[in-house]
Amino acid sequence: MRKSFKLQDLDCANCAAKMEEAICKIDGVEKATVSFMTQKLTLVADEARFNSIVDEAQRICSKIEPDCIIVR
Amino acid sequence: MTRKQKRWLVRIVVALVLFAAVFAITEILPLDSWFGSRTAAIWFEFALFLVPYLIAGYDVLLKAARNIGNGQVFDENFLMSVATIGAFAMVAFPDADPHMAEGAAVMLFYQVGELFQSYAVGKSRKSISELMDIAPEYANVEIDGAIEEVDPDEVETGSVLVVKPGERIPIDGTIIEGSSQLDTAALTGESMPRLVEKGDDVISGCVNLNGVIRIITTKPYGDSTVARILELVENAAEKKARTENFITRFAHFYTPIVTAAALLIAIIPPLLGMGAWSDWVMRGLTFLVVSCPCALVISVPLSFFGGIGGASKLGILVKGSNYLETLSKVDTVVFDKTGTLTSGSFKVIAIHPEADIDADYLLSYAAHAEAYSNHPIAVSLREAYAGEIEEKQIAEAKEESGHGVRALVNEKVVLVGNDKLMALHNASYHDCDLTGTILHVCIDGAYAGHIVIADVVKDDAEQTIRDLHLAGVARCVMLTGDRQDVAEAVAEKLGIDEVHAQLLPEGKVRAVETLLSSETTDGKLAFVGDGINDAPVLTRADVGIAMGAMGSDAAIEAADVVLMDDKPSNISKAIRLARTTMRIVWQNIVFALAVKIIILLLAAVGIANMWLAVFGDVGVAVLAILNAMRAMSVRKYRK
Repeated sequence: MRKSFKLQDLDCANCAAKMEEAICKIDGVEKATVSFMTQKLTLVADEARFNSIVDEAQRICSKIEPDCIIVR
Repeated sequence: MTRKQKRWLVRIVVALVLFAAVFAITEILPLDSWFGSRTAAIWFEFALFLVPYLIAGYDVLLKAARNIGNGQVFDENFLMSVATIGAFAMVAFPDADPHMAEGAAVMLFYQVGELFQSYAVGKSRKSISELMDIAPEYANVEIDGAIEEVDPDEVETGSVLVVKPGERIPIDGTIIEGSSQLDTAALTGESMPRLVEKGDDVISGCVNLNGVIRIITTKPYGDSTVARILELVENAAEKKARTENFITRFAHFYTPIVTAAALLIAIIPPLLGMGAWSDWVMRGLTFLVVSCPCALVISVPLSFFGGIGGASKLGILVKGSNYLETLSKVDTVVFDKTGTLTSGSFKVIAIHPEADIDADYLLSYAAHAEAYSNHPIAVSLREAYAGEIEEKQIAEAKEESGHGVRALVNEKVVLVGNDKLMALHNASYHDCDLTGTILHVCIDGAYAGHIVIADVVKDDAEQTIRDLHLAGVARCVMLTGDRQDVAEAVAEKLGIDEVHAQLLPEGKVRAVETLLSSETTDGKLAFVGDGINDAPVLTRADVGIAMGAMGSDAAIEAADVVLMDDKPSNISKAIRLARTTMRIVWQNIVFALAVKIIILLLAAVGIANMWLAVFGDVGVAVLAILNAMRAMSVRKYRK
């Protein structure tokens, strides 16, 4: 399943790249892109685990940029 | 500016003023004699500089502390904190000059750079989203004679909508009542309003300028033009260019390497007895100031984003940064003739009556003979004929398959068709020196002359080919199903380099594949089609460009670049814009890296101090961002 999320308070381009790299490594994620310009996360991932994957992605984002929130 | 940015700006200004005041105090006032000793004076200065430093950078320090807790070592906040705290800590080396001013300045200018960056990015985001502000908020649906405002998403296909002047058409449909002028600028970049009337198909996103129109929707909102364009543009950012990925990977290694180098340069030389600790530690800290790759990481996607945004202002939708990159390398453009270079509609281009016959008389008989045919050629004859078709005069009309028509008009036997038809009826005829489809007309056994019909070449087709050649496209190739001589005549007129005629649809794929195999690795091939039956070729080419494709779903799906109107000149604009964007991207990469490397080298040998480093770094970031924003400007393409 594929879904786009808005990323609130994503302020640093380098962080976006780091997030993308880390989210791609989550188990069950087929493809993830974080666009700094559009402030969006697009996630293609296993449908059954989708919610827990988004939770994990949020944890990663908070680690890299503490203010950054995935708007669901 | 957002409120967050305004508060940020106020903070920076306060810190700057305080910094200037403190700097003046420490430089001008005789603090040493007031405090009695140099050491006491230095500690006083330390305390003074701490004020602007903390005002400017407390959030950076906090973030750095938090991120360390999260295991993010090479984070820019952390690096800046280390560099500035280090500079302040030099006060502990009694033998060295104090560096508090530098520490505070680095933090200040770092923040100036960050604020500028945030402002610039916000601004370009906004200008692009304004550009894409074509989404309708509601649709006026007519239900039992009353008008109700409904969410476009909930409008069913076949509903009747009322669009008032000044409103956007929310959903694609057909006009059932009224006429008006439409502003299509947001969709096609075309500034001339378009006149529409009953029976015309209209696309969503256009602004209704004057009359009230009623339309019946032909699609749900999700499949309408507006929704598709928005989706396309929003997804474009996902497909990153190779350059973009390269820069992210580069940044991944750059920071650790520079940080490691900073550590080495601070420790090794003094251990080897090559000088004072304070001197080398300061050089190491200077390294940290330029260790943040932000200018690069931000300016590259910003340029692509600007390029894609600029293109959509012109009615060119690029589906991703990667396609913009490929487009910039195009050296072969392959056109599927009909619908791209020619309009795909036939038109009478010449009437050559025999000596004693009037041109109108000839056309009148031909048009009457072809009155019942739906063939495009017959349609073009009727269009060219100024008078009314009087059906009473036509007694009999019979198609002679593949050759033409035999009809009884005004009690005269009229033959209209090709040379084979003439030969079949033993009529004498002669050839024409024009290329196109030649319709011979024979009236009551006597040859009356011929009419030349051709596919109309678009106004700006010739200019497009010239522009493409000027832009460095080496080969312009035309593919067509037409006869060789017709194709060659068009090609010669337009300045096309290579023609492949008499191709069947499958032949077009093969022709493109042959052309692709003759491409060099750096050169790319673009295929331009009108979206009718050419999805396989669009997919096969390095870049597939569909033009005038707003109606064709398959083409939008298959193409990488979608031109919203059907002007070929947009192809050369797209390629030029892609090249400009790539040039900006590379300028930024080379410039930012060069400055960083020079600062690093100068710092290593002790020439560059922290002042130079922070000015260099922030300066590069600002210039790179300003340069990147140029990609969005499309004024030069609008003539």
